[in-house]
Amino acid sequence: MSVRRLAAEQPKSFSFTKKNEEWAKKQIAKYPEGRQASAVIPLLWQAQKQAGGWLPEAAIRHVSDLLGMAHIRVLEVATFYTMFNLEPVGEHFIQVCGTTPCALRGAEDLMKVCKKRIGEQRQVSKDGKFSWLEVECLGACVNAPMVQINDDYYEDLTPELLEKLMNDLKAGKKVKVGPQIDRQYSAPSGGLTTLTGDASSAAPKPPAGNGSGKGRR
Amino acid sequence: MLADKDRIFQNLYGVHDWGLKGAMQRGAWDGTKAIITKGRDWIINEMKASGLRGRGGAGFPTGLKWSFMPKESTDGRPSYLVVNADESEPGTCKDREIMRHDPHLLIEGCLIAGFAMNAHTGYIYVRGEYIHERERLEAAIEQAYEAGLLGKKNKCGWDFDLYVHHGAGAYICGEETALLESLEGKKGMPRLKPPFPANVGLYGCPTTVNNVESIAVAPDILRRGAAWFSSFGRPNNAGTKLFCVSGHVNQPCNVEEAMSIPFRELIDKHCGGIRGGWDNLLACIPGGSSVPIVPAAQIIDCPMDFDALKELRSGLGTAAVIVMDKSTDVVRAIARISYFYKHESCGQCTPCREGTGWMWRVLTRMAEGRAQKKEIDLLLDVAGQVEGHTICALGDAAAWPVQGLIRHFRHEIEKRIDDYAANPHSEPALVAAE
Ligand SMILES: Cc1cc2nc3c(=O)[nH]c(=O)nc-3n(C[C@H](O)[C@H](O)[C@H](O)COP(=O)(O)O)c2cc1C
Ligand code: SF4
Ligand code: FES
Repeated sequence: MSVRRLAAEQPKSFSFTKKNEEWAKKQIAKYPEGRQASAVIPLLWQAQKQAGGWLPEAAIRHVSDLLGMAHIRVLEVATFYTMFNLEPVGEHFIQVCGTTPCALRGAEDLMKVCKKRIGEQRQVSKDGKFSWLEVECLGACVNAPMVQINDDYYEDLTPELLEKLMNDLKAGKKVKVGPQIDRQYSAPSGGLTTLTGDASSAAPKPPAGNGSGKGRR
Repeated sequence: MLADKDRIFQNLYGVHDWGLKGAMQRGAWDGTKAIITKGRDWIINEMKASGLRGRGGAGFPTGLKWSFMPKESTDGRPSYLVVNADESEPGTCKDREIMRHDPHLLIEGCLIAGFAMNAHTGYIYVRGEYIHERERLEAAIEQAYEAGLLGKKNKCGWDFDLYVHHGAGAYICGEETALLESLEGKKGMPRLKPPFPANVGLYGCPTTVNNVESIAVAPDILRRGAAWFSSFGRPNNAGTKLFCVSGHVNQPCNVEEAMSIPFRELIDKHCGGIRGGWDNLLACIPGGSSVPIVPAAQIIDCPMDFDALKELRSGLGTAAVIVMDKSTDVVRAIARISYFYKHESCGQCTPCREGTGWMWRVLTRMAEGRAQKKEIDLLLDVAGQVEGHTICALGDAAAWPVQGLIRHFRHEIEKRIDDYAANPHSEPALVAAE
């Protein structure tokens, strides 16, 4: 378990935009009558996006009221799930995977870069551009080491590649998401060992993600 | 080596179109209606005959699991299919590829599995971090609805609605009952079993939870026949399987191979060999972080399947193969896994909540040599107290890596203790309370 508490400084109020309210209704409709509580994680997640990457207490209350849930139940959910940031994060929130498969391929060196350039974990840099956190396995282990920045995964990193990525993000440049080396997603880097035939004539797709490094906020 | 024509995931690497058109060219949604027409019993028998064992880690026979669901509702409760796409076991990253590159295989599998278990509704629970994968899956479902393959009165002949749900960063929500709690809008805390989900699952209704890969391979098994699938792998370990090879190989990758492929062949054929050559192999964790480590000599010629790895007192788990060469600090590597379990314990059971943190702290000291040799047996004892004494298998998952380390690398821990005793340095010891 990890101990997670609400931030000391909190905005007074929060409510969904009209657009998000409409969106929330659609989410709730996925679940049977009377089971609207099921939508609590998606709604909190949307609230976090709207609030700029973290979840203020007012947003937690707003979501509870919308779903007709007791505040304490939603507070429990917000503190249990680690993707809810209970305090402000940088414009580019870097989550470095530190679990063993990534550690075996140099995750600690990535964390050193973060520490050098940003400071301690959870601290937002003075210009507001960055903050970072060590997180557990992000499910991209064959592309280790890797980080998630906002919505996007950046894989097959080295300290140099991460520094370059940070420079580009800071300068507002467009960056490539996914593998940072010449590699087709999770295929072997030296070239395909399987599926070398022509399974379909369809054209290759560009990597997932919008490439802005800003996610959908 | 498995021939390309026998690979189910033809677009594993996203070279081709993930969408409906591309998927249909590769054979998805081909004859779905004919499969449904053959009936529930035929499907379940074929799945049983194929020998498919669940791909989520525990290896429970999939056909048998489907057969536990009530054939019809006698009390008005609906049945649900829930797909486990929480994929968070360290080392595992295969379901991600299915969702972003071959989502239609999963969607078709959901419809067929739904029919086989009399469910008209399915939820796919995707881990929160997989944002693009979730969006891709949602887009593919949208395509299937538009093409009249899902929904009421669809072309396949079984009314079926499919929804994508997501988590927000909690490994424990991969445990099937924690997943159901989470899907109901609560903290992801595992339920006591029995009752089992097939009787009392989502919203108190009959539910089956299956892994993404288990569901996504079903349509091809039913199209090509149980005998085709079971022709790969050793008896009781049938089929093709996605392997995720990470760590100290020259080219880490995901690859679909025949079950029971020998470790050496898997690594040489697809991963460019061990970093520094085969003599440089130290050990391997063959099935995701929760299974015990296996030293080089034992793993090199081992068939990669459920039974062979069980004989080595480890397991195939999710087939997430974590390779370590001789540069690895093996005590620290396992200590980091212990930290993972400490971080991810839901805190319900005392042995797990306290034991995971305790094991991590002791291992961290041992990694530096700051321990006493008698503590090794104490650690083993504590691991044994956690294993099998908790509500869910996370307790076991936390104990096994520690037990594996001591079984095979006790000498390494002892050496560090000796080295430290000969040259103690003065960093403060870790405090007990975290
Ligand atoms: C702590 C814990 C985490 C788990 N995580 C996952 C997971 O991420 N994905 C998964 O499919 N199964 C996971 N499982 C296994 C599930 O409980 C369940 O057995 C599985 O989803 C069943 O699917 P299958 O029969 O198709 O393998 C986990 C189990 C435990 C105890
Ligand atoms: S074993 Fe651990 S994770 Fe599982 S229910 Fe108990 S405390 Fe929670
Ligand atoms: S260990 Fe880093 S992504 Fe899995």
